Amino acid sequence: MAHAQTLTEAGETRFHLTEDHHPENGTLLGFWIYLMSDCLIFAVLFACYAVLGRNYAAGPSGADLFDLPIVAVNTALLLFSSITYGFAMLSAQAKKVPATLIWLAITGLFGLGFLSLELYEFHHLIHEGAGPQRSAFLSSFFVLVGTHGLHVTFGIIWLVTLMTQVAKRGLGVEMKRRLMCLSMFWHFLDVIWIGVFSFVYLLGVLK
Amino acid sequence: MSPDLVKTIFGRLTWDAIPFHEPILLGTFAMVALGGITVLAALTYFKVWGYLWREWLTSVDHKKIGVMYIILAIIMLLRGFADALMMRAQQAIAFGDAAGYLPPHHYDQVFTAHGVIMIFFVAMPLITGLMNLVVPLQIGARDVAFPFLNNFSFWMTVGGAVTVMLSLFVGEFARTGWLAYPPLSNLAYSPDVGVDYYIWSLQIAGVGTTLSGINLIVTIVKMRAPGMSLMKMPVFTWTSLCSNVLIVASFPILTAVLALLTADRYLHTNFFTNDFGGNPMMYVNLIWIWGHPEVYILVLPAFGVFSEVVSTFCGKRLFGYSSMVYATVVITILSYIVWLHHFFTMGSGASVNSFFGITTMIISIPTGAKIFNWLFTMYRGRIRFEVPMLWTVGFMVTFVIGGMTGVLLAVPPADFVLHNSLFLIAHFHNVIIGGVVFGMFAGIVYWFPKAFGFKLDPFWGKVSFWFWQIGFFFAFMPLYVLGLMGVTRRMSHFEDHSLQIWFVISAFGAVLILIGIIAFVLQMVVGYLKREQLADPTGDPWGGRTLEWSTSSPPPAYNFAFTPVIHEVDAWHDMKQRGYVRPTTGFIPIHMPKNTGAGIILAGISIVVGFAMIWHIWWLAVASFVALVGGAIAHTFNFKRDYYIPAEEVVRVEDARTEALRSLA
Repeated sequence: MAHAQTLTEAGETRFHLTEDHHPENGTLLGFWIYLMSDCLIFAVLFACYAVLGRNYAAGPSGADLFDLPIVAVNTALLLFSSITYGFAMLSAQAKKVPATLIWLAITGLFGLGFLSLELYEFHHLIHEGAGPQRSAFLSSFFVLVGTHGLHVTFGIIWLVTLMTQVAKRGLGVEMKRRLMCLSMFWHFLDVIWIGVFSFVYLLGVLK
Repeated sequence: MSPDLVKTIFGRLTWDAIPFHEPILLGTFAMVALGGITVLAALTYFKVWGYLWREWLTSVDHKKIGVMYIILAIIMLLRGFADALMMRAQQAIAFGDAAGYLPPHHYDQVFTAHGVIMIFFVAMPLITGLMNLVVPLQIGARDVAFPFLNNFSFWMTVGGAVTVMLSLFVGEFARTGWLAYPPLSNLAYSPDVGVDYYIWSLQIAGVGTTLSGINLIVTIVKMRAPGMSLMKMPVFTWTSLCSNVLIVASFPILTAVLALLTADRYLHTNFFTNDFGGNPMMYVNLIWIWGHPEVYILVLPAFGVFSEVVSTFCGKRLFGYSSMVYATVVITILSYIVWLHHFFTMGSGASVNSFFGITTMIISIPTGAKIFNWLFTMYRGRIRFEVPMLWTVGFMVTFVIGGMTGVLLAVPPADFVLHNSLFLIAHFHNVIIGGVVFGMFAGIVYWFPKAFGFKLDPFWGKVSFWFWQIGFFFAFMPLYVLGLMGVTRRMSHFEDHSLQIWFVISAFGAVLILIGIIAFVLQMVVGYLKREQLADPTGDPWGGRTLEWSTSSPPPAYNFAFTPVIHEVDAWHDMKQRGYVRPTTGFIPIHMPKNTGAGIILAGISIVVGFAMIWHIWWLAVASFVALVGGAIAHTFNFKRDYYIPAEEVVRVEDARTEALRSLA
């Protein structure tokens, strides 16, 4: 394509286009780069956990605190929410507004379930005297898991916003692009959670 | 009112926060207030508020945003330089019995503010502003990829700057040095608002920086004119791309590490404390993983400016274009594996220190290649010593000296002697002033006629250059000497009188630089007064080689009536060589983004969030944060973001230019 644009139809070199030039939309690339920058924030938190994660300061360790069944349910909720978001995107591709909205709502409910369980876990830990102030291990645990939770919270707020907009405007190019961005965000949070689950909880209980 | 109620309403903000007892601050406040009121009154009197709001503050035009970034940088340069003068004056007089005029409590704030302001609110806005102004023009685009985000990024940067300035008159700034190392910056040793001002101003500005990094990457990747393959991009665009990649890959680390310090200070976590398992060295590592790439974020665009300036003013194609590009990319990558050289003395052991010492020395190889490329471009070129070229030659001399002292510091045993000494201070000022500042000044003088349609006054430009150049050597060469003698940084008082003469010479140098700054502003004022004489009706005042010189000065809102098609590295030079004729008919409507006030409003709310967090006014923090999120969501409901410039309007603008060009011939 680029080559065709550099020559006129008569085969002469041309130095400008005579038609309107529409560069490809960059939103998805930009959003993907944003996600990578967000990924670096998590990288810092993981690094802190790697360095500080065994500094118990004579307090409780992961093996003492973590309740794996709850975490397993939590992980399942989040993974299922990714699948249901996938169904929402399929419905959006098929231009089915009600189906899209229903799948988005289910995704949001899974997200809320995840958040409630996480809040319950946090509340329980703090109640037991294992709050973020107790040791560097707990500081890095709470901030890593909490930052992920904050991301999920904003994801849900965003999801509700998009549901409102889809209900109002249907599924045009713009709305599909927005759904696609949130889709990347949501799956990204899933990937991060898999890191948290394996690195923090599973390894934490093994020790 | 009961004290509890007052505390709920105002947090820890009391009348004590206003520095009535500090005559220096009070005087500054009076000056700023008077100046501010005069400006506001003048704006009201001349009825330009509406114009300002419509055409500038809410503008999504990358050229105007670029100009506003540079104005912000110049204003903050005055503040940061005032801090520098205060330090030089204090160190020149505070010997033995003389305590000087700044108590340590104040002096420590001054050096912290100086560093923070010069890096975050002078150097960063300068490079972001110049990239904004130039990159879309160089790649033949109509605007950046995300025009609203661009406006929002700018206002967030302003928000950070406003927050720093607030600390001057309400409360105090950090007394920790510009990177706020814990445990000093942690709650136990800095319980007051200083560090909080530091954190929140950088977080607010950091949002803007990261977003504008993403924006410019996408712009360069997706919006280049047809035919412009990566290896046909102008070198300034290449260095901008690398610089923005570094921004996106390093600023999140700063955001995260400052957030962790915030957690330590607000939630009493133990990341960087000395007890409960915290590790302050973690902070030092993390902040330099951002901090070292930051150095290259600043200097790479400056290298780009020098490349454009050298080839333009030598009338030659740049020597070794591909090696220049590869050198830039290599520097981008290497800048990530050298951070530990900032703290060889931390005790990481011989092998770790050797690794980082060697990687640091390796960086001088691509940098040296660049210097040789510029020299070979000048070799047998027809050199015109216009002001941008003067800055470039000054840079080549100054920067090489700074680079060599850098290689010296990269040797860990030498660093053990020189660490934290004035030798280090001399070194980094040598590369930042000689590299970044000279580069940005060269860029401003070079592209000013493109942005405003007239050149800057060359006489005052030359005065500025010589005073900066000579002033720099007077101000910083003595610091090398003092550093070698073992004088450490950040001291507000000395006992040894034999050192005084060096500090006096250094203060003299600072005064020369002051004259350089005044002359820099004068070249704009005089340039404006003589704008008829210095006008650039052609759009190509220097005999430029890249696309930005193919359109008018200043360019129309849409930059190019028709998107250019590129065949060569120096696209505009190529077009001129091959007898390109500017199209004068067949214009079509042009699709453009619409202005919006959302950016300035959201940034304004962000300042309130920051202020409320700094002063622990929790209700306000919650309320303004909700307003911030709500405002952002409300903005997403605005779907009318673009419009068409009608063909008649394009015809009118282009016909005027055709007429202007004809009258020249």
